[in-house]
Amino acid sequence: RQVSLIRQSLFDQGFLDEQFIQLEELGDDANPNFVEEVVSLYYRDSVRLIHNLEQALEKSPLDYNKLDEYMHQFKGSSSSIGAKKVKAECTQFKEFCMAEYREGCMRTFQQVKREYTTLKKKLEAYFQV
Amino acid sequence: MESCNCIEPQWPADELLMKYQYISDFFIAVAYFSIPLELIYFVKKSSVFPYRWVLVQFGAFIVLCGATHFINLWTFYMHTRTVAVVMTLAKVLTAVVSCATALMLVHIIPDLLSVKTRELFLKNKAAELDREMGLIRTQEETGRHVRMLTHEIRSTLDRHTILKTTLIELGRTLALEECALWMPTRTGLELQLAYTLRQQNPVGYTVPIQLPVINQVFRSNHAVKISPNCPVARIRPLAGKYMPGDVVAVRVPLLHLSNFQINDWPELSTKRYALMVLMLPSDSARQWHVHELELVEVVADQVAVALSHAAILEESMRARDLLMDQNVALDLARREAETAIRARNDFLAVMNHEMRTPMHAIVALSSLLLETELTPEQRLMVETILKSSNLLATLINDVLDLSRLEDGSLQLELGTFNLHAVFKEVFNLIKPIASVKKLLVTLNIAPDLPEYAVGDEKRLMQTLLNVVGNAVKFSKEGSISITAFLAKSESLRDSRAPDFFLVPSDNHFYLHVQVKDSGLGVNPQDIPKLFTKFAQTQSLGTRNSGGSGLGLAICKRFVNLMGGHIWIESEGLGKGCTAIFIVKLGMTGHSIKSNLPLVSKMSANHVHANFTGLKVLVMEDNGVSRMVTKGLLMHLGCDVTTVSSSDECLRVVSQDHKVVFMDVCMPGISCYEVAVRIHEKFTRRHERPLIVALTSTTDKITKDNCMRAGMDGVVLKPVSLDKMRCVLSDLLEHGVLLEAI
Repeated sequence: RQVSLIRQSLFDQGFLDEQFIQLEELGDDANPNFVEEVVSLYYRDSVRLIHNLEQALEKSPLDYNKLDEYMHQFKGSSSSIGAKKVKAECTQFKEFCMAEYREGCMRTFQQVKREYTTLKKKLEAYFQV
Repeated sequence: MESCNCIEPQWPADELLMKYQYISDFFIAVAYFSIPLELIYFVKKSSVFPYRWVLVQFGAFIVLCGATHFINLWTFYMHTRTVAVVMTLAKVLTAVVSCATALMLVHIIPDLLSVKTRELFLKNKAAELDREMGLIRTQEETGRHVRMLTHEIRSTLDRHTILKTTLIELGRTLALEECALWMPTRTGLELQLAYTLRQQNPVGYTVPIQLPVINQVFRSNHAVKISPNCPVARIRPLAGKYMPGDVVAVRVPLLHLSNFQINDWPELSTKRYALMVLMLPSDSARQWHVHELELVEVVADQVAVALSHAAILEESMRARDLLMDQNVALDLARREAETAIRARNDFLAVMNHEMRTPMHAIVALSSLLLETELTPEQRLMVETILKSSNLLATLINDVLDLSRLEDGSLQLELGTFNLHAVFKEVFNLIKPIASVKKLLVTLNIAPDLPEYAVGDEKRLMQTLLNVVGNAVKFSKEGSISITAFLAKSESLRDSRAPDFFLVPSDNHFYLHVQVKDSGLGVNPQDIPKLFTKFAQTQSLGTRNSGGSGLGLAICKRFVNLMGGHIWIESEGLGKGCTAIFIVKLGMTGHSIKSNLPLVSKMSANHVHANFTGLKVLVMEDNGVSRMVTKGLLMHLGCDVTTVSSSDECLRVVSQDHKVVFMDVCMPGISCYEVAVRIHEKFTRRHERPLIVALTSTTDKITKDNCMRAGMDGVVLKPVSLDKMRCVLSDLLEHGVLLEAI
């Protein structure tokens, strides 16, 4: 019951969307822990991508195309698992990237990282239960 | 004395006289004997002698005469009676023959004489024939010369060569001393020495054209003998000591293209002529013969023809050069125009995106701002910002749309939509504004108008909004009525649309919309201008209405694109106006009544389809997405192979794979290229796996590119389980994805 409460709160608070439900549906007798596997893969992937982004953001002048590429990847992964807030921040980042607005990019990236870490903590808590 | 039977000579023997007589007789006899011999000899030699009988007679006569004289030889001395008898006999015979001959000769001598006359006659005749033959021969030679000259002249189409050759050949044929050609100058008042035979570069002598001698030559088409002292002939210093040779001049007609008729040789007096002057060598006693003059005349005519041909050729070459230049210029202009169009299109393409994005940002953020806490002044300010930016956005859209419309690059986005709903929506949009202005709006939809139609919903609504909006804008009071019904041929009684015909067909119907208002109306003279861009009638109420004047122009183009017609009727200022448009819409099948995509219909039928063992290849470079898609497909029972790069995909793909899912945003080789290569690899359709693109954006360009690369479908990420199920069943049933986004 606690599990479902936590799960429901995640949806209500807008951290996750329907895609997550889809992933859950994919788990069956053959792969009972499909969701967890996907999510762990997501963590591994994201660490790498965030690292790339950080490095790219330290350069000056900024290579907006590269940034856009990395963020596209990150957005893709996030939308695949249904990370709603993260995806929204990624979209915002991409907008600022297209507008070549450095300040906006930096600020949004921080938000992306914040949302990501929040989500990660929440998901870890969810899976432990 | 014994009596001998001798006969005494007549006279006494005189020794000397006798001797002479004796000798003469002897010689006469010899001659008389030899003459026939000669005659026989020569006649035998000659083959023609008609009178042999006469000869025989004559021969006999002579022989006998000779015999007589011969026998006479013996009578000078004492001779026996035998001799006398023989003598007498001979004499008698001679007498007979000579009489016969004399008689014969009477007949023969006239004949012989006439032979002589005939001979003389024949000789004269022969002399005459000889003369005539000489004449013919000269004529023939002249003809040959003419032919040769003509050949030389006509073998070239270069004016200069023609004339030069003429002079050279004439000079050679006729053995002339000098030959010159005088051409008329541009003004036509003078003749200028253009070509000469002997002098290499004739200095520009000119001679006025109105000289009597020149007129004389020009009047006749024969070669005319002129005096060697006249100005046209005095072009060389006198070389000889005596008389200069005879000079002949002939006119050469210069034919203009305009009066060159094939059938009648023009005999106009206003023709231009050139003058050809030919001089025989001085100090020779030569005269101009008739055949030479004829030759000259013929040559002059030929030269005229050759010159006209040369002129025609020059003209056509010039025309051709002109055309080529024009072609080049036109080509350049076309390329410039194309460049300009391309530049404009590029500009539009860039501006399209660049202008719309900030506009959307402004509009979106201002609306967001309105939802926050604001003071009334702030609210007012933000509302103004929003209104202005909306206007600006509309304006930008209009301009961009219009440009695309003019380009012809705008295509209607056809789809099934609810027709009645469109009207209701417009009505709802316009009602608040109308009620503010205290205008009554009524909507009447005919019951026989189909509920659903196939067409471009967005643009139809745009047109309708524009027309109704205009009606509201230009009415200060009164009412606005919107009527929509099915158009039939009878309803087109309007003369303003004379060239618009309703083409009845099974799949289409014509929607007739009429928006009538009781507002300001339009001056009938201004009606044609209403639909032109940027033109606004400057009547009283319109100056504050705003708008760019593009609205109706755009509506007209949309309506035309929809195969219809739009026009405005108005009685005049202050009498209201009616806007009417007719558009062609497609009829939907009766089975489709809902607006839902076909996918759900499919899903109802195939939800239990089994994909067990279906071999599928997934190409995706994002690890998480790859895993998710793989999990999705495996859940549906497929046998999934995943690859993370295009190269790997091309390596791994085989006939066993029934479907290939590929992510559109792949680094390296683009997915389109991969699709093309897969097509190349599997040429037969049943061997080839079906290719589906997974994309996160839904714009038309991506769809088009996918279709062009030969893909069988496009799916929007993220894919839900149901969607994937539908996609697979669709693919397997139809071999192509009908509707997936």
